[in-house]
Amino acid sequence: MEKEHNFSYRLWRYDGAPGELIPLLQSAQDYFGYIPRRAIAHISAVTGTPESDIYGVITFYSQFRLLPMGKYVVRACAGTACHVSGSRMIIETLEDELGVEVGDTTTDGLFTLNTVACIGCCSLAPVIMVNDDTHGRLTPALVRKIIRDYRRRDRESSSAQAGEKCV
Amino acid sequence: MKKIIVGMGTCGLSAGAQAVYDRLAELAAGNPDGCSLGRTGCIGMCYREPLVEIRDGSARTIYGGVTPETAESLFRHHVLEGAAPEGAEIVFGVGCDGGVSGTEAAFLGMQERIVLRNCGLIDPESIEDYEANGGYSALRRALLEMAPAEIIAVVKDSGLRGRGGAGFPTGLKWSFAAGNPGDRKYVVCNADEGDPGAFMDRSVLEGDPHSVLEGMIICARAIGAYFGYIYCRAEYPLAIKRLEIAIAAARARGYLGRDILGSGFSFDLKIKQGAGAFVCGEETALFASIEGQRGMPRIRPPFPAEKGLWQKPTNNNNVETYANVPWIVNRGAAAFRAFGTEKSPGTKVFALAGKVVHGGLAEVPMGTTIEDLVFRIGGGIKEGRQFKAVQMGGPSGGCIPARLSHTPVDFESIPATGAIMGSGGMVVMDDTTCMVEIARFFLNFTQNESCGKCTFCRIGTLRMLEILERLTRGEGTPEDIEKLEKLSVQIKEASLCGLGQTAPNPVQTTLRYYLDEYMAHIREKKCPAGACLSLVVFTIDPGKCTGCTLCARNCPVSAISGKVREVHTIDTETCVKCGKCLSSCNFGAVMTR
Repeated sequence: MEKEHNFSYRLWRYDGAPGELIPLLQSAQDYFGYIPRRAIAHISAVTGTPESDIYGVITFYSQFRLLPMGKYVVRACAGTACHVSGSRMIIETLEDELGVEVGDTTTDGLFTLNTVACIGCCSLAPVIMVNDDTHGRLTPALVRKIIRDYRRRDRESSSAQAGEKCV
Repeated sequence: MKKIIVGMGTCGLSAGAQAVYDRLAELAAGNPDGCSLGRTGCIGMCYREPLVEIRDGSARTIYGGVTPETAESLFRHHVLEGAAPEGAEIVFGVGCDGGVSGTEAAFLGMQERIVLRNCGLIDPESIEDYEANGGYSALRRALLEMAPAEIIAVVKDSGLRGRGGAGFPTGLKWSFAAGNPGDRKYVVCNADEGDPGAFMDRSVLEGDPHSVLEGMIICARAIGAYFGYIYCRAEYPLAIKRLEIAIAAARARGYLGRDILGSGFSFDLKIKQGAGAFVCGEETALFASIEGQRGMPRIRPPFPAEKGLWQKPTNNNNVETYANVPWIVNRGAAAFRAFGTEKSPGTKVFALAGKVVHGGLAEVPMGTTIEDLVFRIGGGIKEGRQFKAVQMGGPSGGCIPARLSHTPVDFESIPATGAIMGSGGMVVMDDTTCMVEIARFFLNFTQNESCGKCTFCRIGTLRMLEILERLTRGEGTPEDIEKLEKLSVQIKEASLCGLGQTAPNPVQTTLRYYLDEYMAHIREKKCPAGACLSLVVFTIDPGKCTGCTLCARNCPVSAISGKVREVHTIDTETCVKCGKCLSSCNFGAVMTR
């Protein structure tokens, strides 16, 4: 299964079947975390699709990113149920706490803040996802605490790793 | 032997079902003779997750709000000793005699489950469970006992209408695709559930993926297709995983592939992951996306039944529509018509969300009133506030005010209110929701998601959004209302696809029912709901303020004064209404009105 999703494997296996461009881009993004310039050139060379067309497809879909993402991707739900439950305040709190606007990555490369149309956990609104973990029934204070917890845990784990290296 | 089942849909998992499952797995491992542990999809009671069910023969007991700690006590008391632990909340129970009990019996009691027949009952990752509940018997019948024309006749007679929102008769659609000659035809399942506030399809795919596969295979047989695609949102990783497992299992059992069940009919299918574009819910845009292009709609005609995917005859239905098909083939058209109304037979799954007490999934017969859905199933409004409106149909739909809550939900009555049936998202709003702001919210969404092909949709929606933003800032003029009305008509007339044709609906319905709210924003520069921050006054509740000084330190214009441990006050003259104090206060002491 893992092999199936590997970018190089998929490119190598490409047999000219139509409609493979989006899956190829998805596996490139899985592999690199974003779609780097060289991946576009590579896909273009293998599939024969012009780079400009590939770029057009990338920018059409909100899933694809041309810049690297932070270690933790914070996706704030901006769906209807979250909106009426106060997601705007949650998003503003996130922007304030992280010091970036929606779509940007913090300077330390730790967090990327995005919004998503709906995660589908409407009964837990308002909701955010940090990587694959969902946090629901949020208040501005709780959001700040969650972000600080991630920062603290990250610091602890990186200092633990540094400690190991010294030994 | 008792069976323990943990609800593990996305809603359960995000409420912490994995930790509960792991704890129960440890406990069950120590007691292999007394019990078995399994998982299931969403039963619909998202608001009480994580749910754990204990089955003992025909008796069922469902516990709500389970944590790893209470799971241990459930295990010790109920599984080992056979008695429910004291203080545990039983949300739903069925006794050996079939008697129903539990705090949430009303939530399930009013429902009729056709689409969700297996959700919350079977293990979605086990094809044996699906077969044991009658799964794939409809396929067997359709392939071995019925001619393709007979299948279409049954679906036609049942009166099933497309559950994706438009409500086109499914049988008729199939007969078009069947009638068009072609060496290759395709069956497509639209699982790109993009409406914010709707999660029915996700729950069906997570809870009962085989029912969708079975419906698709039956459709393929009816129209003569050999290949199919399921176009599923990438935002639903669990649904994709369970579909992959289901497809592999169906292939292994010979329900997919060459010569299915020895009938000589062959069919296979593939999952395509969406890449995050709302417009791809429109069928011709969806085909373009499967073909690897930008998801932009095409001009119709030719309709997909004639030239669809790869320019071949294609039948495209939504998840819920396909999930209905096996039931109809098994029980017959008359049984399906026993539910619902004359023109909209059957049931519909609704996703209740927003300011409703019981947020979750409910499947009810067509023609159930909005009032019954919100109050009897949904349990009323959170915090006892006043019911204001329901929003149906997502960004293409509209707001139906509380005074029309006697409206039956079906394909005739809902469009009469100006909203649309939509895919089944039902977002409940209370008196703190500003209707102008909601219209702005949806226009912002459609404006972002417009693919840009049609000028009116691309630029017209932007102009409308600008007007609505002005209104929410209190800078609107009475002429703006006229402009909104005019633009709404023009965008609807001059757009190719459903996105543009329905984008003005949220504005039109709110203008129709809440014109006074618009006028309050324009004339009095006030937001009656207190939701538009530029138009409200910020004050501090002396009863809640602890004098922590956090708001004063966060205020960019130093409008907040007060000493440590004393109640703070906001100078409304200096205040720029940025909302920083509101978001920084840990005690909810900042009020807007």
